[in-house]
Amino acid sequence: MNGDNPMHAVVAIKQVPDTSNVRIDPETGTLIREGVPAIVNPYDIHAVEAAVQLKERLGGGKVTVITMGPPKAAEALLECVEQGADRAILITDRKFGGADTLATSYVLARAIEVINAELPVDIIFFGKQAIDGDTAQVGPGVATRLNIPLITYAVAIEEFDLAARRAVVHRRVEQGIEVLETTLPVLLTVEKEIAPVRHAPLPRLIAAARYKPEVWTATAPVPFDPQQIGLKGSPTVVGKAYTPSPRSGGEVISVAALGLDAVVARAMAVIEQAHVRNLQPGTGVVS
Amino acid sequence: MNAEQPTIPRIWVFVEQQEHQVHPVSWELLGAAKRLSADLPGSVVEAVLLGHQVADLAPQAFQYGASRVYLIDHPVLEIYRNMPYAVAVSQLVTEYRPEIFLIGATTLGRDLAGSIATRVGTGLTADCTELSIDPANHILAATRPTFGGNLMATILCRRHRPQMATVRPRVLPMPEPVPDATGEVVHVPFDMREEDVPVKRLRLIRAEEQPNIEYADVIVAGGRGVGGPEGFALLQELADALGGMVAASRPVVDAGWMDASRQVGQTGKTVRPKLYIAAGISGAVQHRVGMSGADVILAINTDPNAPIFQIATLGIVGDLYEVIPALIREVKGQSYDGQAHL
Repeated sequence: MNGDNPMHAVVAIKQVPDTSNVRIDPETGTLIREGVPAIVNPYDIHAVEAAVQLKERLGGGKVTVITMGPPKAAEALLECVEQGADRAILITDRKFGGADTLATSYVLARAIEVINAELPVDIIFFGKQAIDGDTAQVGPGVATRLNIPLITYAVAIEEFDLAARRAVVHRRVEQGIEVLETTLPVLLTVEKEIAPVRHAPLPRLIAAARYKPEVWTATAPVPFDPQQIGLKGSPTVVGKAYTPSPRSGGEVISVAALGLDAVVARAMAVIEQAHVRNLQPGTGVVS
Repeated sequence: MNAEQPTIPRIWVFVEQQEHQVHPVSWELLGAAKRLSADLPGSVVEAVLLGHQVADLAPQAFQYGASRVYLIDHPVLEIYRNMPYAVAVSQLVTEYRPEIFLIGATTLGRDLAGSIATRVGTGLTADCTELSIDPANHILAATRPTFGGNLMATILCRRHRPQMATVRPRVLPMPEPVPDATGEVVHVPFDMREEDVPVKRLRLIRAEEQPNIEYADVIVAGGRGVGGPEGFALLQELADALGGMVAASRPVVDAGWMDASRQVGQTGKTVRPKLYIAAGISGAVQHRVGMSGADVILAINTDPNAPIFQIATLGIVGDLYEVIPALIREVKGQSYDGQAHL
């Protein structure tokens, strides 16, 4: 449909531990990673879906998925192939270890430059944030490095005109929905509403089962700048990590033991303690 | 510029304004900057203000503790857009070399901060809950929850400047303004043509007024234990009687009983009310990180082992459908005659 210039979307994803299952070792106070399932970051699943649905809407194109992570992140890429991605690239090397968001955005931006040189990229998708770090920084970092427009918290693509090199995108802001017109290529970080996730049809599942993601290391096929990757390329370091010490709680009383009236009286004393305006004596205000 | 001592450690705060309204998180950050400044010898607290025809907002920044405001006033900055804002602020950073730069972790601030940090090539710590100066080497210790609030990590940025951090609204207390405080406005020129901005706003579809639970003094929050959407009418009645707002935990929002704008916690909002009543909320760590800054927490749960009791000022083991109606009667009785019934 787009003739000799089909749409090319790149989606950057991350494999994350399912943080709802993360537990802390009560003895050592450290994170128990064993047995915690690794999943595709939930927002990224919608980013892949948005790219695949855009391809369908335009009647053709290509979706390339990339991730930086350990070898096991290949599993996450295969899930994206099941969703409809055409090409998947795993960027993995011990040298990338310890990367903060600045170093991560360097690697992903450099990879996208190389992908773009092979087949020009029209749109790049990221999830709005990853649930393990919750920083929401890598997408903006990549857009900045590539010097292309950034639209965060995208919820819909209203128009996408490859020939005119423009798109109209809706993004969620505090005041409502902002409707933005942008030039292409553009980088979106997406909310889940951007595209509902569908079940993959059987042929795709079969194709994905046979698919082998490409593996890129720190040196081949793309030589990444060793000064900008991993710990070396990361301005931030973790000084210390600890389990949060809860604020100390007070007394716990029970209705069964004290009766309702006594419990409510105690509750009212605590509410008084909060100095809530409406309860201050003499105001007589009915809210 | 050259006449100034380059060694003055500048602690900067981004003053976020939209439609001529300053987001209160900006003042919360100025309060934090003042505290950091006390531990960083010779340092000054300064604010960065961008927009179009916004010079009249500068005095507010002085009242909340800035000694100087860097003002870039330009038509392309009329509404927030990533590119012109990131370019303008990065230009300021390159010129004045602040030591520390704090930005609110709002939609706008999160969009902007990552772009600035990348442009100037420095470290950025998102969503900090605690900021301090490491006494040994005078660098910023930025502490944040990670892994869904299960772990706290203190992040340091040793060699790159500025040391950047974002903080969510209401994580830090609001400072008292000093009404007669004054300071210096530095007008910084900026050169960009509208044609060079790749993104245009076509329109803004305003949402209905969103409940702003972040700044409520009283919150009555319900969890899975409420049992269904109907139960929230009861919580609303108590909230109304106390002049407060209703909020919810994540399972409630995921189940569609309440709107996401009322969600408290790691993936929702951070609140800091005077009174937080948690009804039928077990109190997973993801919820607690969003509300443990409340002055007083009253928790009601049928499960005596609910983690919420570990942090509650008073925990009540009981049925919320028994306790809350009794509380409503008691609170209403008090409000009518204005006398405590205790």
